[in-house]
Amino acid sequence: MLVILCPNCGPRNSDEFTFQGETRSRPDVNDTEPSEWRRYLYMRENLADWVSERWFHVSGCRRYLMLERHTVTNEIRDVELVGGEQA
Amino acid sequence: MSRSPWPRVWDHHELASSYDVVIIGGGVHGLATAYYLARNHGITNVAVLEKSYIGSGGSGRNTAIVRSNYLTPEGSRFYDRSVKLYERLADDLNFNVMFEQRGHMTLAHSDSSLRTMRWRAEVNKVEGIDSSVISPDAVRELAPFLDTSDHPRYPILGALWHPPGGIIRHDAVVWGYARAANAMGAHIHQETEVTGIELAEGKVAGVHTSRGRIASGTVVNCTAGWASLVAAMAGVELPITTRPLQAAVTEPVRPFLHPVIVSGSLHTYVSQTARGELVFGASVDPFASYSTRGSLEFTTGLANHVLELMPAISNMRLLRQWAGLCDMTPDFGPIIGPTPVEGFFVDVGWGTYGFKAGPVAGEAVADMIANGRPGELIGTFGLDRFEAGTLTAEKGAAAVGH
Repeated sequence: MLVILCPNCGPRNSDEFTFQGETRSRPDVNDTEPSEWRRYLYMRENLADWVSERWFHVSGCRRYLMLERHTVTNEIRDVELVGGEQA
Repeated sequence: MSRSPWPRVWDHHELASSYDVVIIGGGVHGLATAYYLARNHGITNVAVLEKSYIGSGGSGRNTAIVRSNYLTPEGSRFYDRSVKLYERLADDLNFNVMFEQRGHMTLAHSDSSLRTMRWRAEVNKVEGIDSSVISPDAVRELAPFLDTSDHPRYPILGALWHPPGGIIRHDAVVWGYARAANAMGAHIHQETEVTGIELAEGKVAGVHTSRGRIASGTVVNCTAGWASLVAAMAGVELPITTRPLQAAVTEPVRPFLHPVIVSGSLHTYVSQTARGELVFGASVDPFASYSTRGSLEFTTGLANHVLELMPAISNMRLLRQWAGLCDMTPDFGPIIGPTPVEGFFVDVGWGTYGFKAGPVAGEAVADMIANGRPGELIGTFGLDRFEAGTLTAEKGAAAVGH
């Protein structure tokens, strides 16, 4: 069982959240080639290591979270709300 | 029966300093590639490198289901070739792989899934594959233990019926290919982990392993679970996310379930092995991970779903559960072909359907290596389709439907 410490709701089971994948920087839509855009859409680092990723607390506060998780042990060490506490 | 020890069926070799072809991954894909390289193309100076023991990854963790009733014409054609190779595999390898074509039944619990099944059946028929939509009465006749009454939460409205589908002994497939490839001269190196891929002027020059360096101009990545990490050693990016898939098996009981039963809506599939155990599989876990630890959510969810289908088995006990790693691609199609690095090929991204494609993938990869370019059967499965935006659309038949 994976427990995520939501900054709003406290420790909650991961099945309240949806996993949205590793964090990547989005190219500027107005200034990018289709091939570069598709690389952003499809390619993944898929590391077996500490990874920064985004989750959505769909059955809770409905806030987006950034968290650092180790993809081999599933240990989570850092959780933050996207956009900070006030957003 | 003799009491003397059985002879080894494949040899132990020292690592040679060079091979014509190095295959990374000693599962069904890698071993089948070595076998077809030797048998179809006479290429025998081949090494298969396996970091653990052969068949220790996806090849030994899948639920051993074989079928070809996919949604796209290219998918159906490809998996149909695999079924045909599986049908004569025991003969080819002189090894009993226990292929039982008991039929494969995908249940429809809603009008929309019934509609997709009609679509799949028509695509399959055009490709000459035995596949049709059957009524709840026919479902009841083929699998009397399913709850076909009109009151369950997920009523059975019909099913996609695929008689050539079935189950196979997955370990025997691995061992059979290994023995046959070994007999024709391929070297199978177990406990030999690849630690790096050496490039020279944009081409593959060799691989570094836990047992030393090997020079080779042709390297094939046939791994599952670690495909992205192995490709990254050659500087190749892949559109893959690795997810665990959990499965479980019950205590053995007398035979009562003949066909393979699949329910996409309930995210589960079940078959009864020759030994009498029920083998259950599910969809992939809801987040990416390289962990193969089981979870309680899986077991409770599985029990709920299976009892929706077969209320009568509520007293059966699970013996064990396990997980395998699935390399998911954005379009639920595999990635077979060359990469931007000359001499470095991939046969990866097999998601949850890699085992059933083992023979055809091995045959196609061997053909690609011998001829220097991908053949017609795998032409649409190249890595370049992601940059070009020409994805396949196999999700409708590959996501859960085993």
